[in-house]
Formats: sequence, structure tokens, C-alpha cells
Amino acid sequence: MPNLTVNGRTHAVAAEPETPLLYVLRDELGLNGAKFGCGLGQCGACTVEVEGRAVLSCLTPIGVLEGRPVTTVEGLGSPENPGPLQAAFIAENAAQCGYCIAGMVMRAHALLKANPHPDEAEIRAALRLNLCRCGTHMRILAAVARAAGREADHGPTTTGAAR
Amino acid sequence: MTAFTRRTLLVGGALLVGIGPERTALAADSPSKLPGSLPEAPRIDAWIRIGEDGAVTVLTGKAELGQGIKTALIQVAAEELGVAPDSVRLVTADTELTPNEGYTAGSHSMQDSATAIRHAAAAARALLTEAAGRRLAVAPETLTVAGGAVAAPDGRRLAFGEIAAEVALDADVPASVRPRDPATYAIVGRPLPRVDIPAKVAGGAAYVQDIRAPGMVHARIVRPPRPGARLVDVDAAAVATRPGVVRIHRDGSFLAVLAEREYAAVTAMRALAQVAVWQGGTPVPEPDALFTDLASRDATRSVIHEAGTGAPAPAGRRLTAQYRRRYQMHGSIGPSCAVAEFDGDRLTVWSHAQGMFPLRKALAEMLALPEDRIRCIHVEGSGCYGHNGADDAAGDAALLAKALPGRPVRVQYTREQEHLWEPYGGAMLTTASAALGPDGRIADWDYAVRSPTHLTRPPGAGQLLSARMLETPFPAPPPKALAQPEGGGDRNAIPLYRLPRARVAHDFVTDMPLRVSALRSLGAYMNVFSIESFLDELAEAAGADPVAFRLRHLDDPRARAVIEAAASRFGWGTILPKNRGAGFAFARYKNLAAYCALAVEVALERESGRVRLVRAQAAVDAGEVVNPHGIRDQIEGGIIQAMSWSLFEAVGHDAEGPTSRDWSTYPIARFPDVPDRIDVHLIDRPGSPFLGAGEVAQGPTAAALANAIRQAAGVRLRELPMRPELVKAAIGV
Amino acid sequence: MQRRRIAVWLAAAALASAAGLGLAAWRPALPPGGPSPAETAPDLVRQGAVLASLGYCASCHTAEGGRPYAGGRGIATPFGTINATNITPDPETGLGHWTLAAFTRAMREGVDRDGRHLYPAFPYTHYAGLSEPDIAALYAFVMTREPVRAEAKANALPFPLSWRPLIAGWKLLFVRTPTIPGATAPADPRRDPEWHRGAYLAEALSHCGACHTPRNWLGAEIRSRAYAGGVADGWWAPPLDRSSPSPLPWSRDDLARYLADWDPLHGGAAGPMRPVVDAHRAVPAGEIRALAAYVATLYGPGPDGSRTGPVDRAVATEASALTRGAATYAGACAVCHESGGGAAGGVPYTTPSLGHRTTLRAPDARNLILVLRDGIAPRDHAPGPIMPAYGTLLTQAQMTDLAAYLRARFSPDGPWPTLDATVRDVMRDARPRDPQTRDPSPRAARAGPSP
Ligand code: FES
Ligand code: FES
Repeated sequence: MPNLTVNGRTHAVAAEPETPLLYVLRDELGLNGAKFGCGLGQCGACTVEVEGRAVLSCLTPIGVLEGRPVTTVEGLGSPENPGPLQAAFIAENAAQCGYCIAGMVMRAHALLKANPHPDEAEIRAALRLNLCRCGTHMRILAAVARAAGREADHGPTTTGAAR
Repeated sequence: MTAFTRRTLLVGGALLVGIGPERTALAADSPSKLPGSLPEAPRIDAWIRIGEDGAVTVLTGKAELGQGIKTALIQVAAEELGVAPDSVRLVTADTELTPNEGYTAGSHSMQDSATAIRHAAAAARALLTEAAGRRLAVAPETLTVAGGAVAAPDGRRLAFGEIAAEVALDADVPASVRPRDPATYAIVGRPLPRVDIPAKVAGGAAYVQDIRAPGMVHARIVRPPRPGARLVDVDAAAVATRPGVVRIHRDGSFLAVLAEREYAAVTAMRALAQVAVWQGGTPVPEPDALFTDLASRDATRSVIHEAGTGAPAPAGRRLTAQYRRRYQMHGSIGPSCAVAEFDGDRLTVWSHAQGMFPLRKALAEMLALPEDRIRCIHVEGSGCYGHNGADDAAGDAALLAKALPGRPVRVQYTREQEHLWEPYGGAMLTTASAALGPDGRIADWDYAVRSPTHLTRPPGAGQLLSARMLETPFPAPPPKALAQPEGGGDRNAIPLYRLPRARVAHDFVTDMPLRVSALRSLGAYMNVFSIESFLDELAEAAGADPVAFRLRHLDDPRARAVIEAAASRFGWGTILPKNRGAGFAFARYKNLAAYCALAVEVALERESGRVRLVRAQAAVDAGEVVNPHGIRDQIEGGIIQAMSWSLFEAVGHDAEGPTSRDWSTYPIARFPDVPDRIDVHLIDRPGSPFLGAGEVAQGPTAAALANAIRQAAGVRLRELPMRPELVKAAIGV
Repeated sequence: MQRRRIAVWLAAAALASAAGLGLAAWRPALPPGGPSPAETAPDLVRQGAVLASLGYCASCHTAEGGRPYAGGRGIATPFGTINATNITPDPETGLGHWTLAAFTRAMREGVDRDGRHLYPAFPYTHYAGLSEPDIAALYAFVMTREPVRAEAKANALPFPLSWRPLIAGWKLLFVRTPTIPGATAPADPRRDPEWHRGAYLAEALSHCGACHTPRNWLGAEIRSRAYAGGVADGWWAPPLDRSSPSPLPWSRDDLARYLADWDPLHGGAAGPMRPVVDAHRAVPAGEIRALAAYVATLYGPGPDGSRTGPVDRAVATEASALTRGAATYAGACAVCHESGGGAAGGVPYTTPSLGHRTTLRAPDARNLILVLRDGIAPRDHAPGPIMPAYGTLLTQAQMTDLAAYLRARFSPDGPWPTLDATVRDVMRDARPRDPQTRDPSPRAARAGPSP
């Protein structure tokens, strides 16, 4: 029965060590952030951080996490009180259905930790493995750029209809 | 805990009593007087409720699919009622609470629902001012409504809550209702931030996947290895006794496992799959034979447009071209999910399907339950872009809940199941032929689209995947074509251009080897691709600039306006470097919704045939703009998604069925593929009707890319997707 | 380091004396020129395109994310990094001024137009066996590419190896026209034309031995041990001869499937073999089959007793390391690798079990740890396997436990004796290479998603 430290709190988890972190987060700890998208390590919807590095929770057996802190999107802020990166996503309308977004936020969070001022190419490379089907990419790029303290390369993109 | 209170938990608000927004005799008599969805639900309180506390609740039969509809509807209601948007509570599609607005599809939400809500809210405002006028003994015309209160010129105010009891919202919306003057708008037309995003970026409960009901069991389905296979044997004893497994459920070829915890369900599903024995299957033509197969299938022809064909065909230079499109999929990032609970009498289903009322009908038929004992509640899921696995998952949850009364059942599909069993966007073939007159204009136009159905959604029980696999199966109903003017496979098959002599035919293919249904924009994607590609071919033959050629054939000033805006903002006509190309396309979605003109620039890598969309400039006229960022996001998303479809995506299949079973076998666009920038120019038309814009970018994107590839590579591609191999083969070495 | 420095000087001494002996170092510059129209006839270009794919020219002569054939990719060798040159017909920085004669000399003798000796990272030891018409077709192809201006990067070679005349000595020792039945040698009467075609491709154009044959201390292939296994870019290139530890025999058809995309029984390519398989997408199936027909005979006739078939056995888990490894396998690997195999309706691009993979039969765990560390990045816009990179998640100890478990379960050959060292070695640079967050260089960004 492994101990799991998630968003700063340690839980004794009633699950086998082989159980993928994703199911433990969602079902045992009641956290919604990490999403089931494929369970095959192909989409990034389940991305969380382990020791500050982005990993796919759907293929992370909790047995390897003993003593290693896990951060989920809930650890960055709440809907009422979002963290800076989340606030950037909100400000840029960076979600359509939003199903991929928690994974994007976590991947971007790990990127910014390692490289606080990535250029656009670096952001694209870092997010390459995370899939979005709604085509929210331009908004996500803008949100990460905003969180990195600069405007997206593509600047404002809506014209007309300003009332 | 009853289903009802759980719903209130989900939406996190006050109790609502069910209303049954029936169509009244009056409305039935004069439906044409009322706009939007009002004819189906004419009562004010079908749309707007005002509590004793003054709180405003808005009801819609439409659902949030990630298109931002919640935010836009709230803006419309808040504007009319003079309340702050964040004070408005919105209830979306729920068979017990909201009007029946059918499917949330076809870019209808703003046209239908927002229009209804605007008029119902205006009617409510009129009743509020009347009531306030009575109380304050002033003429209602002198009153203003703002900040959730009615105010008199002398400064006296009555909050909504104070007069709500005197306002009878159970009246019908009068035909004479007058919405506010657009010149006074303070909320509509502004980029109100999306109301649903904070929860989505911070782990709030936002999706059907996030429902955790007390006593809930987790279900996983075991599907056949290929379409059409039957379950002949399964020795489930060993799996049934695994710890945590509640039961194995089998009905015909429908096989499922229910477990107390999710991971136990996952591992039991895998174990069960190992012992299930399947037989048979429906053969599928090999990919190389796909189009000859399609061309040879039975079809019924209808001529959907004919003009000037009384006169003989004019002489002139004639061009003919054929275009093709392979199967493509929705590919939602989150596989479908549903929760259902049967209390022995009533069934409640939480689903992210696009139509709660049609779903209820299908479930009623499948389970032989009266409709009034079933409640379907929409909860968001991953973006669907049409008819994906959501209805099927709801059907499965309902079957399993019925088999396990008293316990909520959560069904979650796997990635592979979603890929393999969702209904795809069908393969299509079109033929275009036209004559150019001596004046360089199109003198004759002949077009035919050969397509399977684009609508196999419920309400038929046989439209639910598992219903077809039961011991007593519900056969799939015969496919139907959707009628013009919206059309299905023939959506947007009739050009908007001025054509003195034209004939457009729809060859409706009645049977397809793979399951197909609605994928964002339906036939419009392929028809606009074909027509707008062909228009460029004609312009080239006429020696004309593609933009000028289009304008030469267009009278509609709004169409001209988007084309001119997109062309000038893009810098149309600028000479591009080698291996770059510019392409243009235009469409008015369904010929009756939003207008979209699109100019794109692509970069070509000759050696590999790879094409990258570098930038896109769209100009869109969606009528009155409610939320400019909402439209922008739909256009941006549409362009990126259609770019991915058009450059990369085809459902792989062999003779046994689809082979695209995950992202490794169905690659889609990734971050490095998306353009450097997309600009969206909106032409706002305050006071004019809302025009749905959610699907308008799909067709123009495909055609603009093909036209740009023509310029960059010197070759014309007429097949979707335009994968690097295809581009390379056309270029040669 | 120390050992390498000594090797370098020994090499230099040996080569210098050979060069001196042969007095062969000096080669003339050839006059500038270009192709005549007949030399770039469309048919010739088309043939050349297929040959270029089978010679994997692009995989060395294209930098990651760079323009095709414009060079710039660094080829790691035991002696240092050699940067591939620009072979587009750019007049200043590419082959723009090369005649067919100059091109032929480079291909056969490893001498550029200016008369400089080329490092044998360019496989002229194999290309020496190419037929004249094929060289002409390759020339036609190369000279009709889009010219790209791209200066060659300097090689990172230690002195004295940076002194090119040394190469002449090396060539004198090691360059021979390869013996190819039916091409440079008499045909083998027992074999059909397809096999002969394959022999020609494998020995000359596709230069399979460049990776799959062991090299001596001077970096030359050991002819007497052809196809006994080698090294490529830090990966173990498995033997293609009878010493192959593959659990299953390789038939021609298995190999053809593997070389074209993926074989449902044996699996597919990873590491430096992946670009080779990717290049085959532009090659007619007949050529791949020919290649496969030849290589299949290197393995010898069917199972000869040494191949035990796939192994999947219960692992005694008294050892806690194996228990931990088993749990990691169950939670991280089993979802795909126990799905029954792609061909049987399981997760695509998986074999029926990991017992089918040669990697787990390898003499050491290098390839396994490399693929676990970096995963398999998705192909661009084309179907292909995807595997997450576990280098960001698993600690060295966890990686070791997992590898030990996999070996115990899926191989009859006993534990890897050097497992700890291999893991340490391979994982050493895992952190700086974290594909998601640390190093956004295109190369790193191509690694698979981390779990
Ligand atoms: S759900 Fe984990 S990568 Fe897709
Ligand atoms: S926002 Fe819907 S998948 Fe990314």
C-alpha cells in the first residue's frame, strides 16, 4: 500500500503498486485534472508532474512514486484562484472542449520550470507530444507565451467586430 | 440519492422544477411568427426563469460541445435582461428541464437557441417593466432595466426579486416582442471570457468523465475484433471471480464487465478479451479499391438544382474534374463515456451526446421503457465534432444500469474502441464539369456528388452500436439522405456563384462498408473542396486571378465583402518565394449560415512532398456577433482541424475493417504542424440574424490548401487527404 | 578517454606508415563541370530516386529539421564526430560543379572533386561495388535536387585524425571492391535473380554491413565476421547471420514486412534503424523483397536449435527487485505489450508478447535501456509506433529492476551480467536530454512522450 504525495499532501493509497497513477488520482483522490485520453502514452491528456518533470500518469505505476512528489493541475490553483499559468490560459481563451488542456498546462508548467523564457519554437517542440483535436493550438501557444512573460509571436489575431 | 438531486449537484445550483415546455395551440397555429426555436417551445419560462431572489436562470436545449455556446447564450440573455453575465445560471440540454431543440449540430445553436432566448428574455423584460410600472404607477415605457432591477426616471428601483412573483412567465413569447436596440448593447459583441474555462484549466468537475456518484460501478465493454463479428463463446468464469468484479454481462454479442473500481474493470476487460471467441465479420474493400467500390455501389439520384437547362448547352471550353475523399474520423481526445442509473422504475442517463431528446427516444425503444420514465442529461465531454461514440456509450450505460438496478454505472470506452467503432465521415466522390464562355465566365455547370448518408444518429434504437449486437438485435434503420436546403452529402453542393445554366445532382449511396455518420460540416467539407478547387481550375483556364474570378460570379454583397476583406488583409497577389504558394477559397455554410473567405500560404518541401500551412487569413460574416473571441476560436479551430484532415488524415482499413485503432495508426496534426499565425477578421452585422459559424471553415480550408499547393508545387491534387506521398507522386522526382 | 587517445595515435601511426608505403595520398582535383541533359534524363532521375532511398543518402545528408540533402548532420564515430556534407547541386557549397566522373570517384574511391580523401563514415567501401549505371542514376538524382546553400560544418576530430592524407593509408588497408555474386563476382547458381538483386543491394548500395558487421580497432569492418553484429550510434546492431539471437527465425516475408514497416511477429525498428525503414516507404516492394530474400539467407535455414522461440515464463518473485520490476511492467508496459499483439486486434505496433523481441535476447541491455529511456517518437504525419520515454520517470534503480524482470521473464539466457553498468551508462545523460523540458533541440524533441 504505497504512500503517495500529491500536491503537497501525502496519502496512504489502497491500491496495488502496479496501478497507474491516473486511476488513483481520479478515483481514489477525486482529482479531475488528469484525463483519460488513450491510456497508451500517445496523447498527453493525463500529463502530471513528478519531481517537476512532465510524465504521463496513465502509464505511471504508483509503485515507482514512493517518496516522489506529484503535482497535478489542481496543485497550480483552483478555478476561483488560478495560478499564473492557468490565469494565462483563461485570459487567452485557451480551451475549446478543454479536454486536452490540463495536460497542456502541466506540460507547459514543466517546460517553464526548466526554461522560464522559451521561444515559440521551444514551446511547440515541448508540446509536440500533446494532442488537441479542437484546434486550440494558437490559443495554447499564446497562453504559454503570456505566462513566459511575452506576447505570442502571432500577436493579436482578431480584427473587426470591435464594439 | 436520487438522480434528480445528483443533477443539481452537478450543476451546482438551486433546484429547478421540471416544466414540460409543450408546444401550445397558439404556437402550433402560427409558428412562422416566432423566430429561432420558439415555435417548438413558445413559453417564456421554457427559456427564462426568474426566482423569488431575482436570480435569472436561462434554459437551452442546446449543449456545450466546446464551441463556447454557454458563454454566448449567457451574453444574449444578460444583455436583454439587463443583468450581469456572471449572475446568470444556465441549464443546458436536459429532457426534464429544457426545451427540446433536437441535436446540437449543424451550426444551429446561435440561430435557433440564442434567437429564442433573446426573444424570450425580451418578453420577460417587457413583463418585468409592466409589473414595475404597475407598482410604481408610472408608464412602463419610461422605465429602464439594468443591474437586475427596473428603475424609474425618478430614481426609484425595484429589484427583479421584488416583482418576480407578479410576473407570469408561463405566457407565450408574443410575436410583437421587441429585443433591445443593438446600438445600446453593453455585453453582446464583446469578448466575454468563456465561463467554462476556469474549471477546465484547474481541475474543476467539468465533464461526464468526472461524475462520481455514490455506489457507482465502473464498466468496460469488450468489443469484437472487427465490425460484424459475432461472439460465439466466452468462458468468463475466471474473470467473474476476480476481486472487485461485480459481474460479467452478456447479451448476444454485447459483452461487458462491471467492477467496483476502475482499474479492476480495466484489467478484467483485458482478461475477458483474451477468452472471448468471435466469428465472422463484414468485408471491406481494400484501400486501393475504395473509390471503384464507391462508384459501383447502388445509389439513388436526385437533381437538387437545375437552372437554364431548357436552352441547349453553350459552346465553349469545357473542363471536367473528379475529386475524392477518404474516410476520416472525429477522433475525440477523450474516448466516450456515460453514466446511467436505473432505480427500478426510472432511468437517468448523463451523456455528452449531441441530442438528449433523440437519445431518450432511442433508449426507450431499446429498453422498452416509456419515454417519460427516462431522463437524459447533457454533461460536457471531450469535443465531438459530430456523431462520435457518445450515443453508443450512453446506450451501453443504459443497458448495464438496467441490468444492475440501484447502482449508477459508468461506461468508459478505450481509445481503441473509440477509434474503431465511432461512425466515420464517409468516403465521397464528386464530378464537376463546366464550360467557359468567350467572356471568361462560367457558361454551364454540371456537378454531381456521390455520397453515403451523413446522419445515422438516434432516435432509432438500431443506431446504437450495442443494440445491433443484442441477442434480439435492433437492426440499423435504412440510411436516409438529409433534405435540401441544408442537405447531407449534398450540403453546399450548389454553388453560390451566378451560373446561367447549371445542374447539380446528388447520388445517394444507400449502403457503405464502414459505419458512417455526421462529421463536422458533413458533405460541405467535400463539396466546398471540390467546387472551390474547380473554380481555381476554371480561373486558371480563363487566365484570371482566382479572387477576381470569384467576384466576377458573385452578386451577394456579403459574400463579396468577406472575399475582399480576406484578400486584402492577406496581401493577395504578392509574389511569394519559391516553393511557397497562396490559395483562396470561399463558402457560405449551407448557403444560409455564416460566410467565410480564406486565404492561406503554404510552404512545400519538394523532396518529401510535405506541405506546411504557414499562415491563414479568414474573413467571416456570422451576422450579429455575440462574442468575437468565440467566433474566432471556432474559425481557428476549424482551420487547424480541417488542415489536419486535409493534409494528413484517412482512416486506414484492410479487407477486415478499419486499421486505424489509435493515434499511432491515425496520425493527426501536432504543434509543429500548426501555422505561424491565423488571423480572423469578423464583419459584424449588428441587428441582423445570427448565422452559425462553427463549421464554416472546414470546406474552405481544404480547398484553399489545394489551391495553394497548386501554386507552390505546380500540381493539382484532387484527393483528400493530400498526404505527402500524394503530393510527392504528383510532383515526381 | 585515455584509452581512446592511445587508440587515436596508434591509428595515426599505422595509417601514416601505410600512406607512406603506398604513396597514395595525393589525388588530383577534377575539372569543374556539370551534368549534360542526357545525364539527367527523367528516367534516370526516377531510378536514382529509388536508389537514393535504398542507399539512405538522406538519413546522413539531412540535418534534423534541415533541408533534404543539404548536409549538416553529425555522425558519431568512435574517433569523433564527422559532419555530413551538402550534396545538393549548389555550386559553392554543394556538388554544383561536379561531373559524373568526379561523382563516380567519390562514390567508389572516397575522394572528393578537389582530391581530398573522404572519411569512411561515407560508406564508399560498399559503394565501390555499385554498377556504373546505378552511379549514373544516383548522379542524375542528386544533380536535379534543389540547390541549397549550406556550408559544411567542420568535423570534430582530434589531431592527427583530422589530417586527411591518413585516410589514404586506411583505404590502402581496407578498401576492396566488395564481392557480390552476380555483380562483382560470378553468380551463385543455386540462387534466383531476386536473391542476387538483394545481394547487390545489401552489399553495395544499402551497406547493411556498415552497422551490422563488427569493426576492428581502426574502424574497418571485419570482413571475416560479416554480419556478426555491430554498433550504430550507440545502439547494438544485431547480427544478421546465424549468430542472431532472435527468438524466431526470419523468413524473407518477415524481413520484407519488417523492412517496409513492421512485422507482426518480430516487431519493428527502433533507434538508428528507424530512418532506414522510413526511407523504404519510397521504394518499390520488389526491391524490399529482394533485400529481404538475401538477408534471410544470412540467417541460415530456419530454426537450427539455437532459437528457442518466444519465451514467456513465470518469474519467481522472492527477489524484491523482480517484484518491483513486475509491478512496473504491469502498470507501464502491459497495457500495450499484453494486448495480444497488433495483428490480433491488440494495440497496433505490438507483438504478441515481448518474448518475441530480439532486444531481450541481446548480449547486454543497451538497446532495451535506450528504448526505455527515449521511447519511440511518433513519426511525422504517418502511421508508426509510438512509445513513451521512461527516462524522465524511472530512476536508475527502477530501470534496472524493470530490465531484470523483462530479461528473466522473456529470455531463457539468464540475467544480463553487466546490467547495472549498462543502465548507469545509458541513463547518465538522460536528465539533460529530457525531451520535454530540458533540451528543445529537434533531436531531443523527437523522443517519445514520457510516461
Ligand atoms: S491518456 Fe495518457 S497519454 Fe493519453
Ligand atoms: S480543446 Fe478540445 S481537445 Fe484540446
